[in-house]
Parts: sequence; C-alpha cells; structure tokens
Amino acid sequence: MKLIYTDVLVIGAGLAGLRTAIGVQRHGLDTIVLSLVPAKRSHSAAAQGGMQASLGNSAMGQGDNEDVHFEDTVRGSDWGNDQQVARMFVHTAPKAVRELAGWGVPWNRVKSGDREAVINAERVVISETTQAHGLITARDFGGTRKWRTCYTSDGTGHAMLFTLGDQSIARGIDVLERKEALALIHDDGRCYGAVVRDLVTGELSSIIAKATTIASGGYGRIYKVSTNGIICEGTGMAMALETGVAELGNMEAVQFHPTAIVPAGILTTEGCRGDGGLLRDVDGHRFMPDYEPDKKELASRDVVSRRMTEHIRKGKGVKSPYGDHLWLDITVLGREHVEKNLREVKDICKYFLGIDPAEEWIPVRPTQHYSMGGIRTRHTGESTTLKGLFACGEAACWDLHGFNRLGGNSVAETVVAGMIVSEFIAEYCQSSDSDIDLSSRMIEKFHQREQSRIESLLDSSGPERVYELRRRMEEIMIDKVGIFRTGKELDEAVDELQQLLERSRNIGIKTRTPAANPELVAAYRLPGMLKIALCVALGARERCESRGAHFREDFPDRNDRDWLKRTLATWKDEADTLPTLDYEPLDVSTMELPPGFRGYGTRNEITHPDTADRNAAVEKIRSEQGESDRHRIQAALMPFEHLLPERYRGANERLEDSSDE
Amino acid sequence: MNDTAPTEKATRRLVINILRHNPQDPQSEARMQRFELDEAPGMTLFIALNAIRNHQAPSLQFDFVCRAGICGSCGMLINGRPGLACRTLTAGLDAEITLAPLPVFKLIGDLSVDTGSWMQAMGERLETWVHSQSEADIDRLEERMEPELAEEIYELDRCIECGCCVAACGTARMREDFVGAVGINKLARFRLDPRDERQDPDFYELIGDDDGVFGCMSLLACNDVCPKELPLQTQLAFMRRKMAFTK
Repeated sequence: MKLIYTDVLVIGAGLAGLRTAIGVQRHGLDTIVLSLVPAKRSHSAAAQGGMQASLGNSAMGQGDNEDVHFEDTVRGSDWGNDQQVARMFVHTAPKAVRELAGWGVPWNRVKSGDREAVINAERVVISETTQAHGLITARDFGGTRKWRTCYTSDGTGHAMLFTLGDQSIARGIDVLERKEALALIHDDGRCYGAVVRDLVTGELSSIIAKATTIASGGYGRIYKVSTNGIICEGTGMAMALETGVAELGNMEAVQFHPTAIVPAGILTTEGCRGDGGLLRDVDGHRFMPDYEPDKKELASRDVVSRRMTEHIRKGKGVKSPYGDHLWLDITVLGREHVEKNLREVKDICKYFLGIDPAEEWIPVRPTQHYSMGGIRTRHTGESTTLKGLFACGEAACWDLHGFNRLGGNSVAETVVAGMIVSEFIAEYCQSSDSDIDLSSRMIEKFHQREQSRIESLLDSSGPERVYELRRRMEEIMIDKVGIFRTGKELDEAVDELQQLLERSRNIGIKTRTPAANPELVAAYRLPGMLKIALCVALGARERCESRGAHFREDFPDRNDRDWLKRTLATWKDEADTLPTLDYEPLDVSTMELPPGFRGYGTRNEITHPDTADRNAAVEKIRSEQGESDRHRIQAALMPFEHLLPERYRGANERLEDSSDE
Repeated sequence: MNDTAPTEKATRRLVINILRHNPQDPQSEARMQRFELDEAPGMTLFIALNAIRNHQAPSLQFDFVCRAGICGSCGMLINGRPGLACRTLTAGLDAEITLAPLPVFKLIGDLSVDTGSWMQAMGERLETWVHSQSEADIDRLEERMEPELAEEIYELDRCIECGCCVAACGTARMREDFVGAVGINKLARFRLDPRDERQDPDFYELIGDDDGVFGCMSLLACNDVCPKELPLQTQLAFMRRKMAFTK
C-alpha cells in the first residue's frame, strides 16, 4: 500500500482548488493538489463573462459598493442563501480582483471619454471619467443594479485559471495530474485524506492529510445536456456523500443558463445580454419585455430561463430537428464589439453552428449550467458534520447562492472562497485539533475496500452496461427534474433512479485492464452520480414550493412560512437506495435583508411569521443609526466582520474615497 | 454520450481510422483500427469518438473536457494536421478520416497524450509568471493600466496550451528541449506586461539560445495550426529581434 503524508490535500485544481492551495502554502503548509486533468484544463477555464466585484470604477458602476452587491446576491438567491456568508463574500470580492490583477490577469480597463454602448436595444453614449482611466472596468450582468462584472473579453475564466496555474508553478505547488480521489478516509467523524487512483497506471495510493479540501466543481453531467465540461460529474460531492457523515445542502437547486447553443449545449456568455444582446422568438419579436418589463433580458437566470420555456410552450419557439429553440441576437452590438469583447462566442458560433453572430442570430435554449447545492459547510468552509473535511467553490454549499446564483458570482466565489477557506484550513492545521491519530489498519481498510471495488468490477460479468444506465439517468434528469417540475414527474424520476442505482450494482465491463481504462472509470463513477441524482430528485420532490431555480408547477408560490430552510442530504447506509433528508431552518430574525419581493419574476410569496417583526426591527435600527456611515449601519443590522480571517477585514478603497488624484 | 442528433435525411457512412496503442500494456502494438458509423447533422469528432467508445471500442482513450474549443485538451492529428477535435465538424472532412495522437508529447494511450507535463516543464523553465518584488495591497485601488495595453496582453494570453503548435513544429521534432511557439509567445506576453519587472537580458537568459528563439527554423506551421489564431509568426520574429539585440 503506497502511503503519502501531507498537511493539506486539495481535490480539484480549478480556480477554487488552486487558490486554496496557494493560500495554505503561504502558511508554510505542505500541500498536494489532485486533478483529473492538467490543472489549466479545469472547467473554470470555460467561464466566459466575468466575475462580480463592486469596484465601482466605470461610469455605469458608480455608487456601487458591498451593500448593493449584497442585496443583489440575496435577491438573486430568492432569500435562500446564508446572508453572513454573502457579506463575507461581497467584502472580499474586490480584494480578489485586485490580487489577481497583481498576479497578471489582464482585466479590461476603463478608458476615459465617450464610448457607444447598447442598452435596452438603443445606442447610448457612456462617458467615463478621467479619474477612472486605467482602472478595472465592468460590464452588466443579470440581476444586478450596477455594472459590476469584471472581465477579460469573454475569456475571464481562462485568464484567471492560467494566472493561478502559473502562480502555482511559481510557488512550487505539487499538482498531481490525472489522479482521481476515489474515497475519503474517515473515522469517528474526522476526515484523514483520500484513497487515490492514478488514471494512467491504475495504481492506488492513500494520501493522509490533516485537512482535506474538495474543490471539484459541479455535477452538470448527470443531465443529458449541460454546459459543463465532461469531467463535471459530481465525483467530489459523491465522495463526501458516501462517507455517510458529510451533508450535502440544497441539491435540488440547479441552475439552467438561458443561452446555451442548440444542439451542442455549449454556453454563450451572459455577457451577450449584459452588453445589450436581445432574445427573440420565432417571429423575431423581442419577448422578454412582455414578461419582465423592468429587467427584461437581464432578470436573474432562473427567471429568464423560465420565461423562455414559458414562451416556447406558447408555441413561439423556433422548430428544429433538435427541438424548439429561441434566438439570441447580438447583431445589434456591431461587429467591432463582437470581435473584441465576445470573441469566444464568435468562435463557438463559427465552429459549432457555422454562423457569424455579428450577422446572424444564435439558436439558444436554457440548459443545465450550475449546481447551487453541494457539500454543506460552515462559513469556514469546513463540513458541518465531518471534521477535517473542507469544501469550496461549486462543490460546496457555503451557501452564497441559495436557490439561484447570479451570473458572475460563481467565478468570484471560487477565488474568494479559496482565499477565505484557505486561512481557516491553515488555522486548523496549525492547531492540535488537526493532529492525526489514525491506525494504519484503518487506512488499510479503506485502501482494501477501494481495491476490491475495482477488482470486482474488472471481474464482473454482470448484465448491465454502464453507458446505457448512464444515458438513462441523463434523460430522466433532463425530462423530469428540469426547469419546470411536478410532483408526479419527480415521483417517477425518484423511482426510476432508484432502479438504476440497483442495476448499477450489476455492471459488467468488457475492458479488463486495471490501468488506463475509460470503461472502468465510467463504471466506478456511476453509482456516485446516481446517488447525487437521487439527492437532486428527492430534494426537489419533497420541496413543495417554488424558490429561485427550483420551480414546482404544482406549488408555484415561494413559501417562506414552511420552506425557508435548507435541505440536507446524507447517505446513511451503502445499501440504501435513497438519501436521508433533513432540514436546517434559516433564521429570519437575524437577516440583514428580510424576505421580500425580488424586483423581477412573479410576486407570490407566502410570508414567514417572523418577517414583519424583522422588517420593523431593521427599520428601527436604520432610523436609530440616522446619518451614520453605511458600515456602521450594516454592523448594527448583521455583524459579519468577526467571521472573516483577519487578513481580509480591511475596508475596500474606491475611487470616491481616494484623494491621491 | 451526448448531443446525438435525430437523423434528417440519408447521411454519410463515416470511416474513422484511429492509431491505437496502449503503452501500459506490454502486449500492445501500435496499429490502425477502422471504425464505421453514420454521420449525424452537426456531428463533431467529440460526438463521433464518444459514439465509437460507447458502442464499439469501450477501451478507446482520448481526452476532452470543455468540448467547446476553450480548454485545449483534445489536440490530435486530424488527417495529419494538428487541431482541436471537439470543434472539428465531420461535415467539413472527407468520409474517411484518420486520427492519430499528437507527436512530440508522451503517449498515454490511443489519442491521449501528456501535454500537461510538457507544459508544466516549459512553465518552470521559462518562469511563465509575473515577476514582481512587491505584493499589491489588495485593500487599495489597483495599479492603473492603459486599456489598449490590457487588450494587447490578453491577445497573447489567449493561448490554451493545447500543444498543436509544438506538434506541428519541425524544430521541436529535432530538438527535444525546444520551448516551442507556446513558450516564446508566453514570454512575449510577460515582456509586454509592465507588472513583470524582468528586462530583456533576463528573457535572453531564458530563450536566447538554440532551444529558444535562435533554434526556430521559421517553418511557421505553428502559426498555421494555432486554434486560437495567435499571432505566433509576429511574436517569434519580434522576440528573436529583441533577443538578437540583447547582450
């Protein structure tokens, strides 16, 4: 049994994983990062449009600050998120952008003077100040009141990931490529690392660590069509779930992005609409203002995706051999803009659709895009129930996004959570809490279990075919656990997914080599994926309300009275075919922003009994504070600064505060 | 696995010949294997290869991640020319297609090669990161940069390290340690970046030899095959001129 010891094991080398590794390594801790693929191939690279941070440099971002970003994020989440975490996040996001600027990300900059832009289908002139010239600029995104999304053309994730990848090389961080964590090693509520398989040689090893961090992204690939990279199979979440101890939060909260191309399901950035692009129907009619007169194309993603589907159901979609779609029109932006600021979109249209988006409309349809749910953690990033296990980024339910994430907040979350969580990991590793007292017999037990799991698959002549079962799972998820959900379909989904899980125990494979073997990999991943799918489907079936991206046609109201709570899923016993669900209430009486109308979408909430009292209390605090500065008012409403690592508590300077120019 | 299209009308029967070899298996010998499948509208090599793996050859190895031409995982020789398989539509190719792994890089198996270690080694050797003595104060306003300069840096920063330029490079075939267009372009990117405090003599130390700019034979296939259409020819010439005048 090959055994490796380290201080911190990070599983996943996308933006969240790499930023975590850089953070802990700065504290002198020994770090190993595992990645299924070369780090720079991680799915973070596919993030196009940008990351939100309230720098407020550009003319359309003036007056922006943490307060506005916070409120947008809470409204976006449909009040499902953790408001203290949201505060930690919005406070740290400007620091993250500035840190990355120092490390080399070529953020687009403000250019002083007049420039043309398209807002609400009209050409307007925006005048940038000379004071802001050369500072980081921002574009508009959905569900935000200010232009807040910092970007590098439409290759933001790429530029960020390559910068962090090169920083990791500079710092000598050990990133092991083509290595897959198969199972967490844990005992008595404490995680000690993972059993790891080399995807080339097939060799198993055990990595023992004081702290283990899962930063392995989302599970989009349980759906038949997803914008996610094909490695986004939820393996990290499944591994946590399979401990029987760690909890997954809000797995039913699944985001569908409004504009993926048809049929390939490849994303075109929200920046298309942020920059002024329009949605059109079969008649060429711009339909979003009919549904959302205020935010139009730039309501939050859950709302736009639902409105699009609603419009298609009315027969206004464009027929195609791949089903109905709508049009995304960015011709209104002009060729120069498309070729400079939306060049990935242009390439995607050219190669996958054979069209020029500066001239022609793009066929789009809402497509699975993001998992708000994940490994439930405290604000420190540590699992609520499994000590020594941390998670951040999309793999985690920290819970910044609640039931709907705003565009530009996930890329921001990866690096912000990496910054914050790495400080807490370091603190943990430097305390005696993290001492390892684990018998080698226990390590051997986990190692053996994984070894025999693989051996039995290699020996199995079972009748079930992995690719068939997998395809069926993907179809069920898209057909029955999609944008519009009903109790009946969810019942069917849960039933059939359970059958698939049972059948997955009888998979036979044809390729019998223990080394590089894609069929074997698909076979050992599938049961975990099915368990994740069951967490999503069962969570959705039980949640008899509509909140954010979770929409029940049979329960269309947001029901704060009964459902202002987070779903928690655990997998108690390997023999189970369903997760065990539990709920964690959200406390209205401590919210800075009590539940209300989002400002877009349908207004239909059933109010929580504490909401009126809390609203009155908030009003009272605000009037008592009178003319106090906004930081003092905020601290009186909902203190959060004490939750942040000291390193990140400083106030963020903005142009309006600086007197040096 | 994904995105299979409903068939519209009579479609072509594709023949895909794949160079197969598994170095992990001592019995394995390199061989061409022939597969046939029906073309579907909008079919890419990503779709075709997955269909082959799912129905005909479950052991077939290849690498895809984003399948959108963004991540650079799927470089391979498509009818002898390096390119990204994910965004190559079969409709643009003859009905008989030949696929082989990228040369120069270590073979993992079939169409999968180890570009990761190569790029990592290149990055370590050329120190492809911003060298700065000072750490930015992240609570304060960021350093300013001219908007046009930021765009110029991004233009070179768009490299996805797919390895196509290296696989197409005559020099890389002859010189094992040649840094390739990818390496030279990276240094051109950092040279342009005012945040990087290195000067030309520093860059000369890294690429001022035959494994760097002076090894390039100017065959420029790199420029022809780059999937991101980076201005590699210009950058190679520019860096060579700068280095020639250094020392």
